[in-house]
Amino acid sequence: MQRRLSTWLLLAPAGVWFAVMLVLPLCFVLVFSFGEREAAGGYVPAFTLEQYANLPTRGKAFLNTLILAPLGTLLSLLIAYPLAYFLAMRANPKWRTMLLILVIVPFWTSILIRSYAWIFILGGQGLPALIEWLGFGEVRLINTPFAVLTGIVYGYLPLMVLPVYVSLERLDKRLLEASADLGAPPLQGFLQVTLPLSLPGVATGCMLVFILLMGEFLIPAMLGGGKVFFIGNALVDLFLQSRNWAFGAAVAVTLVLIMLVTDTLYMWLMRRLGGAREDVSLM
Amino acid sequence: MTDKIDHISRRKFMEELRRYQKGSVTRRHFLGVTGLGAASAALGAAMPGLMPRPAFAQGIGDRVILATWPNYHDPANFDAFAAETGAAVQVNVFGSNEEMLAKLQAGGSGWDVFVPTNYTITTYVEQDLIEELDLTLVPNYDPASFDQRFAGPGTVDGKIYAVPKNWGTTGFAVNTNYTGGTTPTTWKEFFDLTQTTFSGRTMVHDYQLTTIGAALKYYGYSFNSIDPAELAKAEELLLATKPHLFAISSDYQPSMRSGDAWMTIAWTGDGKQLNRDMPEIVYVLGKEGGELWSDFYAIPKGAPHRDAAYALINFLLKPEVNAKEVLFHGYPVADARVNALLPPEMLNDPILYPAAELLSALEFGAAATLTDANRAELMARFKSA
Repeated sequence: MQRRLSTWLLLAPAGVWFAVMLVLPLCFVLVFSFGEREAAGGYVPAFTLEQYANLPTRGKAFLNTLILAPLGTLLSLLIAYPLAYFLAMRANPKWRTMLLILVIVPFWTSILIRSYAWIFILGGQGLPALIEWLGFGEVRLINTPFAVLTGIVYGYLPLMVLPVYVSLERLDKRLLEASADLGAPPLQGFLQVTLPLSLPGVATGCMLVFILLMGEFLIPAMLGGGKVFFIGNALVDLFLQSRNWAFGAAVAVTLVLIMLVTDTLYMWLMRRLGGAREDVSLM
Repeated sequence: MTDKIDHISRRKFMEELRRYQKGSVTRRHFLGVTGLGAASAALGAAMPGLMPRPAFAQGIGDRVILATWPNYHDPANFDAFAAETGAAVQVNVFGSNEEMLAKLQAGGSGWDVFVPTNYTITTYVEQDLIEELDLTLVPNYDPASFDQRFAGPGTVDGKIYAVPKNWGTTGFAVNTNYTGGTTPTTWKEFFDLTQTTFSGRTMVHDYQLTTIGAALKYYGYSFNSIDPAELAKAEELLLATKPHLFAISSDYQPSMRSGDAWMTIAWTGDGKQLNRDMPEIVYVLGKEGGELWSDFYAIPKGAPHRDAAYALINFLLKPEVNAKEVLFHGYPVADARVNALLPPEMLNDPILYPAAELLSALEFGAAATLTDANRAELMARFKSA
């Protein structure tokens, strides 16, 4: 009995926080999503499915997000994995801490300012001028999906590097020696030992980046010029421009549902992939 | 007083202003050489409220938060305000009146002063979001010297809620290096060019009033139309144009300056600033018409630094300060006292003061456009398309 009480007491702060800051607001959002826009903007209570019927008008934004968020996650992973591998397995331990700090250094500056820098790099006087000077013809980079993708990968790379690094760093190096002793060439050792054992870090990194990307709005707004629209941008627009809180709530609820479905599928997939090995948990 | 101003050319005035801003010359030198000192002394003698005042007796706090539009203030004036009163001006920049309204409707904006446009003020009053001004705290506001056409919308039901900042027009800026010798003169050409030779080089505002308004003008409809059939036509045009746009943004100067964008919907002052630095960029008022507007200073209900808000508005309406604002941003003011301080070249500038036949085609924004659900949703659909 005593033990149960202390368990409850220890859980209480997190539980209250969770209920007040997450569950309650979500309930509000759900209720709002069945309402209507007030004449001058805002919300009036109602019970209508009209907002959900309007969802197709934001189809392009959903589509952009559902293409660019997974693509951005995948690209981040492809770039982050070799880097994390180098840091964990190859880098001189003397330098490792400093190199890790270098990965985190960009976070010391606001993403807003860093994205602004990309506007100039990708703008007509930046990379495109260089490409043209080199004789590859005229290219347009800024305000394209490519620019948004570049910004995304740049912004979220550290979030991918760190979990992958941790899982590689913790890996028992003796397993690799054993596989080599048993005659496995390096590539086979990597594929059969390192890669599977680093999957938890990969899964964590992908989850982190993907979840944040699904709600991203700053990078598409700055590097997409208002032309590469994410669901996050549609939401900002509905609340901060057209002031249609009811429709905004419906879009938000839909986004939450999409996230629930994709994340559940993803976890299920990861469990299936990792199921063969007992020691691989999701996170 | 006027003699002294006539002695200095506009170019010379700007040179002196730059030198003063850079700190190469003292304020005393600047005011003496430009005649502004004599002017403000004469005005100051006539109106004690204009006399330079030492720092405020009671503190007004260390900051004042201003919500305003891009490229709309001379930073040197904010520095001077901070030096005089101890309150630093924090600037939040917005691209549309809708954005300002949304922030205030949501509550907790934290603003002390904001800059609404003429047609929005009745809505702010109806929504109880705006404070009736205590004009005894704004002695530099002299209603008699303001053109009522531009000052009028600040008064609702006989009460003054807002005092005029600047007025201007909404047209478009175009880089004539790319037009092959001809300058477009209509909104029809604006959209037709965008869909052809200017593809990928045009910007429109992230602002329903001006962007939808321009598309409505293409068909000769009212800039303010909320007629569903007319809006449907405008949406059709905007959606057809969207793939050819460079960007949808109200902060278009950087892209126009870098050459990424060649044409953009623009306000007077941005047109003036671009044209001043890059003469190949010209400012055009569409022949079909467009917007004539007037911006105001107002204080939202519950402003956290109310005293500083009044102090800032009063400071910025001081004619000598306001004249520096105009020289910096290129938006005309409706205050005769300020115009008396401006170089004649500026008062004859066709960008600031368009020809009568172009002006007469313009409309003031209508309150209905701010709250109309169809216009708001059209703009949001256009952006997410």
